[in-house]
Formats: sequence, C-alpha cells, structure tokens
Amino acid sequence: MAVTVKLPTQLRDAAGGATAASVEGSTVGEALDALYAQHTELRERIADGDGSLRRFVNVYLKGEDIRFLEGLDTPVSDGDEVTILPAVAGG
Amino acid sequence: MPADALKCKECQTTYPLEARFVCERCFGPLEVSYTLGDGDPSELKRRIQAGPHNLWRYADFLPLAGAPRSALPTGWTPLVKADRLAERLGLGEVYIKNETANPTHSFKDRVVSVALARALELGFDTLACASTGNLANAVAAHAAAAGLPAYVLIPHDLEEQKILATGAYGANIVAIRGNYDDVNRLCTEVSGERPGWAFVNINMRPYYAEGSKTLAYETVEQLGWELPDRIVGPIASGSQFTKIARGFQEFIDAGLVSGQVPVMNGAQALGCSPVAAAFAAGTDVCRPVKPDTIAKSLAIGNPADGPYAVELARTTGGSIDAVDDDEIRAGIRLLAETTGIFTETAGGVTIATLAKLAERGDIGRDERVVAMVTGDGLKTIDAVRDTFEVTEIPASLDAFDAEFAPVAV
Repeated sequence: MAVTVKLPTQLRDAAGGATAASVEGSTVGEALDALYAQHTELRERIADGDGSLRRFVNVYLKGEDIRFLEGLDTPVSDGDEVTILPAVAGG
Repeated sequence: MPADALKCKECQTTYPLEARFVCERCFGPLEVSYTLGDGDPSELKRRIQAGPHNLWRYADFLPLAGAPRSALPTGWTPLVKADRLAERLGLGEVYIKNETANPTHSFKDRVVSVALARALELGFDTLACASTGNLANAVAAHAAAAGLPAYVLIPHDLEEQKILATGAYGANIVAIRGNYDDVNRLCTEVSGERPGWAFVNINMRPYYAEGSKTLAYETVEQLGWELPDRIVGPIASGSQFTKIARGFQEFIDAGLVSGQVPVMNGAQALGCSPVAAAFAAGTDVCRPVKPDTIAKSLAIGNPADGPYAVELARTTGGSIDAVDDDEIRAGIRLLAETTGIFTETAGGVTIATLAKLAERGDIGRDERVVAMVTGDGLKTIDAVRDTFEVTEIPASLDAFDAEFAPVAV
C-alpha cells in the first residue's frame, strides 16, 4: 500500500526539509518503519527504544487518532494519509 | 527572576525564548525556566505590593522581556471566604477564587494576557487559538483591545452564549465539524503553516501556560502571604492545575512564603475523565476519550499535561476525581445558593468534587481549602434551565397574597 506520511514542522529538518513522505506498508506501524528507513534520524525522535511511540507523539490516520483504532497495528489502504503531530497543545 | 530559556520537561534540552512549544529531540513539552534571583525577599514582596492591581504585579515571575502591559487589565480577582458553603460541607475554612470577575469572565484572560504580551514582543501580527469557548472569548477580546485580528477555532457544537460573546468582538470564528481534539489537531497543523500567527495555546503555549501561575500568587497574597492547605481545581488539559502548583513552589523558592505546595485535588467531568481514570488506574498514561459532558470547557479528551497532573496529585497527597452531569448541576446550585457566585459547568465540576472530597472525609476540619471557580454561569446558562420554577400571577395584590401568604408580625 502506498501511504503518505505528513510531517510536522518540528520534524522537517530531520527529514531533509520534506513536508511529507510517500512510503509502503500495510499497517501504520509498517508505514512508520518505512519512513524511518527513508529518514533514519526520525526514528529516535518519534519512537521509544522498544519501537512504541514516545508519549508526546500523536499519530492520526485520516484524521483519527490511532489510539481510537488499533494503534500501530491499524491497517492502512492505498492512498491513505498518516499525520504525525506533537501532543503538546491545547487548553 | 528573569526567564532564561525554554526547557523540555522530558529531556531538559534548552531552547531560546522563541515561539516554540515542543522539543525537537523527543517531542516533550517546553516550559519557561528562570534564574532564581538572589535579591532580598522582602524587597521583592514590596515591589509586588506596590504593583498594579492586576496580574502584572507578578511580572518578576512572568516570561516577558520588557515592562508588561495590556489594554485589557486582568486578574486580582476576589478570594471570597465561603463560610456558608463550608458549613454546608462540614468543613472549617473554604475560599472561592472567583475568576468570573475577569474581563471576559474566566481565568483564560490570564493566559491570554501573557501569551499576547509575549507575541507582541516576538513580532506576531495575528492572535489565534483552539478553544472550548472561554479561550475564544478571551482571545477575541484581548486581540480587539490590542488592535490585532483574531481567529478562533471552536467545535461546532459549543454553547451559543460563548459563540455570541466571541463574535461580539469582531473575531473570525471558525466552527469545526468535530470535537475539541479535532480542532486542536487542525490548529497544530495550521500553526505550522502561518508564520505570522500566534496560536496562544499552541506555538505560544509555554508563555500562555505561565499565566495560570498568577492564580497561586494571588491566592497567597490574598491569604496574607500564607499558603492554603489544599487546592481543588478543574482539569481539562492539565495545564492550569500543574501551573498553580508551580506558582506556589516559586513563591516558596523565592522566600516569599514558607511551607509546602498544597495538597492538589483535580476535578474532571465523568463524561471526559481521562486524567481521573489514569489516576484511579495508578498509571500516568491518559488514554484519550471522546467527550460527552455538559462541562464543555473541560471537554478535552486528549489532555496534553495529563501525565504531569496525575503525578502532581500523587506527590502532594491529593487525588483526581470525576463527577457526573447531575452532580455538576448540583455543584453549580450549591455554590450559587451559599456564596452568590454563579459559575459555569466547569465550576460545577470543581464544587461537586469539593463536596465529594468533604463527604469522603478527605478534608480535615482544620484545613484551609481554596476552590478555583474558573468561569461564569452566564456562559453555560442551559445548565440551570428547568432546575427551578417561576411563579406567574396577574398584577394584583390578592393574587400575590394567594401565592405568598403574608406572615403575621
């Protein structure tokens, strides 16, 4: 599945200035692994040592927080958009 | 006590005092750090006491480079001794920090004052926010007073009173088909693409959050430079709750008051209680929820400072409780009929939680308790609809006497 991962401004420097990346994967987790393969520096920014997301990183699939879906195991379809955003905002 | 940097609360990386809110290394939240002054505390105290009767009297503890000013003075709200409320709850000493007395009738005037002042220093030309309503009011009003355009993004199903009171100031109101967390996500994306916009609770968040510390400073000063034993306050994102404690700690560190940070009790609405649920589960992981509560100003299902709020409640020996919609309405009523203060649903959450703590026996008779009543009942007027009766009669004395028999004297 070809998926677009949108990057927040805070991660663009670590991705060579890219605002998004086109990756292959059948789940959100696989899409992120493919993203890390393209931009190695992103892994330590987003993920903990065990591969789970850091606690202030939010990931959305088509606008829905993946914690309301199946987390990193959430299946993705061709053309889906995955968005990474910092959790630190609001109220 | 000048601000010297923005520091990541997770990994301690420091950044200059710019419009940034998240650590580029670990995505943790950034917080303003200060160099503790080595001056004489009594001199600092005199400087505070000689300051204006608004939140700028605490400029020594706020992150501004120049002399702070605002066109819409905010803060120095009454601390009301609520003896009748204390009696009803079987408590010794209860105070209400009455934030309905701010210019737009909620504590949000504090955080917006600081965010706006810093935004002007940094050269921003537009003020914006993601809001559950009270923040929209405050951003619209303070932007108008400062002569800046305002964009407020809100959930589409917000209380009409809050929308009307925002539109009155000429702000651009954008209603998003989604809940607050959807609005917040969109604003986080937009803020990355609009370099001239100061989103008070996103890219200005470290400065914005500092405004809530003034609740603690005022409480101490209004108690005659003493600390309360316990605070009961609402939790939405958890920002205000944690900053109140930080405010007390800073006054202690500066030598202005001696003692320890009060016991911190957080209050959430049961229909949106991810922080209370984390507290109850003994974890700091706040699983996001889809809010369903009349306390819309607390309806943040994905609370950014939730983990820190849980930790704070635990380390101070407090708790985080949740109350249902009926308890919230009863809380509004209880406060109104014992103090004359009409609060919005968020205040109902706080008072209902205070009542719950009292009933549970968590609060000692000798404790001095301060409850943070953060917003005005006129903004959530539907919460009291059909909770009382109006007697309708013709304009005749007989009809009046028939309803209300004269009492013999």
